[in-house]
Amino acid sequence: MTNFLKVAFFSLLVISGFWGFSNFGIPQIKPADPPVEEKVDLGAMTMDQFIALGKKNFDGKGTCTLCHNALGRAPMLDKIGAVAAERMKDARYKGAAKTVEEYLMESLVKPSAFVVAGFGKSGTNDTESPMPDVTGGSIGFNEAETKAVIAYLQDSSGSEVTVEIPKMAPPPAEGAAKAEEAPLKTAEEVIARHGCGGCHKIAGQTGEMGPDLTRIGATRNKEYLRQAILDPDAVIAKGFTAGMMPKIYGEQMKAKELEMLVNYMAGSKK
Amino acid sequence: MLTRNMKITCGAFLLAVFAMFMQPALMPAANASEAAATASSVASAPAAMPAPAASAAAAPATAAAPAAHAVTYPPAPKLTAADYPTIPGVNSRVAVWLVAQLHLWFGAFVVAVPMFVFIIEAIGMATRDERYDNMAYEFIKVSITAYSLTAILGGLLSFCLILFYPDLFKYMALIFKGSMWAYALLFFAESAVLYIYYYGWHWLQGGNKKWVHLTLGLLLNAVGCLLMFLANAWTTFMMSPAAVDAAGVFNGDTWAAIHNFLWNPINIHRVVANVAYGGSIVGAYAAFKFLSAQKKEERAHYDWMGYNANFIAIAALLPLPFAGYYLTAELYAYSQQMGITLMGGVFAWIFIIQAVLIGALFLSANYYLWCGMGRSEGAYRYNPRIKYIAIVLVVAFLVWFTPHTLVLTNSELKDLGGPYHKYLGVLGIMPAKNTAVNYLLVFTFLSFMFYRRANKVATVSWAAAGNAAQIALFTAGLINITILGVYHGYFTNTVYKVAASIPQVLTTLVIIIVSTIIDAFMYKGAKDVAPLHWGRMPPRSQYALFLLAVSFTWLMGLMGYVRSGIRQHWHISNIFRDGSPDAFTPGLGYVANIVSIGTIMFMAMVIFVFWLSTISGKHVVAKGYWKEQQA
Repeated sequence: MTNFLKVAFFSLLVISGFWGFSNFGIPQIKPADPPVEEKVDLGAMTMDQFIALGKKNFDGKGTCTLCHNALGRAPMLDKIGAVAAERMKDARYKGAAKTVEEYLMESLVKPSAFVVAGFGKSGTNDTESPMPDVTGGSIGFNEAETKAVIAYLQDSSGSEVTVEIPKMAPPPAEGAAKAEEAPLKTAEEVIARHGCGGCHKIAGQTGEMGPDLTRIGATRNKEYLRQAILDPDAVIAKGFTAGMMPKIYGEQMKAKELEMLVNYMAGSKK
Repeated sequence: MLTRNMKITCGAFLLAVFAMFMQPALMPAANASEAAATASSVASAPAAMPAPAASAAAAPATAAAPAAHAVTYPPAPKLTAADYPTIPGVNSRVAVWLVAQLHLWFGAFVVAVPMFVFIIEAIGMATRDERYDNMAYEFIKVSITAYSLTAILGGLLSFCLILFYPDLFKYMALIFKGSMWAYALLFFAESAVLYIYYYGWHWLQGGNKKWVHLTLGLLLNAVGCLLMFLANAWTTFMMSPAAVDAAGVFNGDTWAAIHNFLWNPINIHRVVANVAYGGSIVGAYAAFKFLSAQKKEERAHYDWMGYNANFIAIAALLPLPFAGYYLTAELYAYSQQMGITLMGGVFAWIFIIQAVLIGALFLSANYYLWCGMGRSEGAYRYNPRIKYIAIVLVVAFLVWFTPHTLVLTNSELKDLGGPYHKYLGVLGIMPAKNTAVNYLLVFTFLSFMFYRRANKVATVSWAAAGNAAQIALFTAGLINITILGVYHGYFTNTVYKVAASIPQVLTTLVIIIVSTIIDAFMYKGAKDVAPLHWGRMPPRSQYALFLLAVSFTWLMGLMGYVRSGIRQHWHISNIFRDGSPDAFTPGLGYVANIVSIGTIMFMAMVIFVFWLSTISGKHVVAKGYWKEQQA
């Protein structure tokens, strides 16, 4: 019995050691929650906002930066606008694009159309790209997200942004429209519905076009916040310019939703 | 005993069979979200097309798959939280996680033990040394009770899956029904062969009967491996689904689903890992019995058994990193995104924990060997060298332990001040880690060589030349491993950084194989320096065997999580999304909690099995209790 207890105690000690190291010896990183498809109002979006949406998807949902980074796992895209024209003339190019925009679209959905030397799948002699089709699989971009990324890539590489913001999908059927009009129940739903996170840091989203709203309640009262939503250009935060935020929310939001959002932001103090 | 085992096994088996085959029939035709998914599939097909044709239209490869002609498979359902049954107070993911992991631990053990039992029995036959035969029998005896537990846990796992993840189970069962049927039959075959093998051990002794018994051992291993390979196919299909289109419509035959991209890499990895794991568990058994032994002979027997178990664990541990490397390389080849998420994304810190665990494995295995050198006075001459081996092992462990680029977000990149740590970054890259692993392996092998030589003196005339050749081989090999690591690590670009791994591995294997061959010839007919005292081991050495077993169990739990967790929010990668509230990827602290709980449960059950094997040999004579029988 003594040996049994000794062995049991020793085993528990070892397990505790591994448990303790895993809990306290390494940083506790909370992995991102599963991606959710955000509803954005494309009709009200400016091109700058569309580009910002592209950047957000490039860094986030698309997980593009996992490979397209300074570590050399995949080609850098900071000059993609300029090199696209050369690649379309390359003898190894297998695609049908004629413009930079078409080339970028092709690269996103048929990445093997042109594989940069040294970045192909092992054993394929750079004829097959390891990159997945971004419209399928675990990334699953929709048309707007794909075009937004193209807009971002054109903009960030210094070339002309030729992408047009896709038109909104036709209005849903009557029954669905009624469901859509049902009042939202939480501030997070309001934020998701109106795409606030596309431009602002708010509710776990990381937009950078507008002011960071994660602690806005610490410095601004409810009246200020209400006005900022209804009449965004009334007071412009330092470092930002007028005309960036659409003045449509007074018409789009229900009064109850507006108040939920104002209360949420006013309570965001830490 | 036989009847009890048969009852338990058959009971669990029937539960599992019932679960497998009745579930699709009992399941409602379609739940709300499944109906929605089907409707969506139909809607996406041309308007005039009837519903079944819509599925076929989504699967262009269907025409090329003969077996698919007869069956039309549905697309993967799009589930919401409402589609997952719940039981108040029970976390379904944790329940399935723990039961699956316990099943896997026991399964790995019972598949592995017959492998080395077969080899030990064959060695006994070849050498006519009965001690080997007795040891092999004792090993298989331990695995018999574990076999019953494996079956029970397998049945429980099937029920948990059906209960908590009915749509996933239904989808998988439709694709794999053929192999599930084969699995059921093989389970019967495994049980039959195992029981004949175990209970017939003393019956099938001597002459041709022994050959028959050995053949049964071979058959047992063949069936056991087949069972494991079939189960592996289900889990690897969830990682790298084959013969499915983007909507999850299956358009192949059972073999196509089984032979998915990661099936063979997992098969190889699990066979090797199971042997190492099985060795560590029977090592713990021997240690437990050694510590409990009252007589000198018993201690000697279990010391010898522990030594052999440790040898088996180390022998399988040496190639294990290579099998793991091959698996990871194949995972990268299957999906670079998945590979980078694994090694450079949210799972990257797990590999630092893994380094600690494998470090514990190597250090405990080596420590046991060093303690074992105390069995003979002849080993004292090697003692001064041990500290250098220990230093190399610790340094190699620390290099392996060093993190490199674990960047998850841009803000983390900024915090770190770049992709590499200022001072330690150079040690964190894969070539440095590969170099460290190869050093660990080579020096562990050196420990083993010292142990083997400890009590012997070579008598061949060329002994000096042989030693010189081995020293030259080790030196040249280590220089080669270092140069390969440094060159590829710091003088080539990222794409070629891992190119050193294969020649480094080959160098290590050459050192091990050539040295073993030289040693075998050099120490043929060698003189013993002093008597070998089996049983002359300090009790602390036995705790090294326990450390080996517990570390291995915890490590398997952790890596089991990685294998499964790499799918993130997908039940089946990219085609069947997890819509449950538990679809999130947990933080490492949470993972460590579950793995620790699982390990405690497993170790408690294992110690229970050890205890059962102890009481099964006891025979208490209850004087005066039974009526005297007339002669």
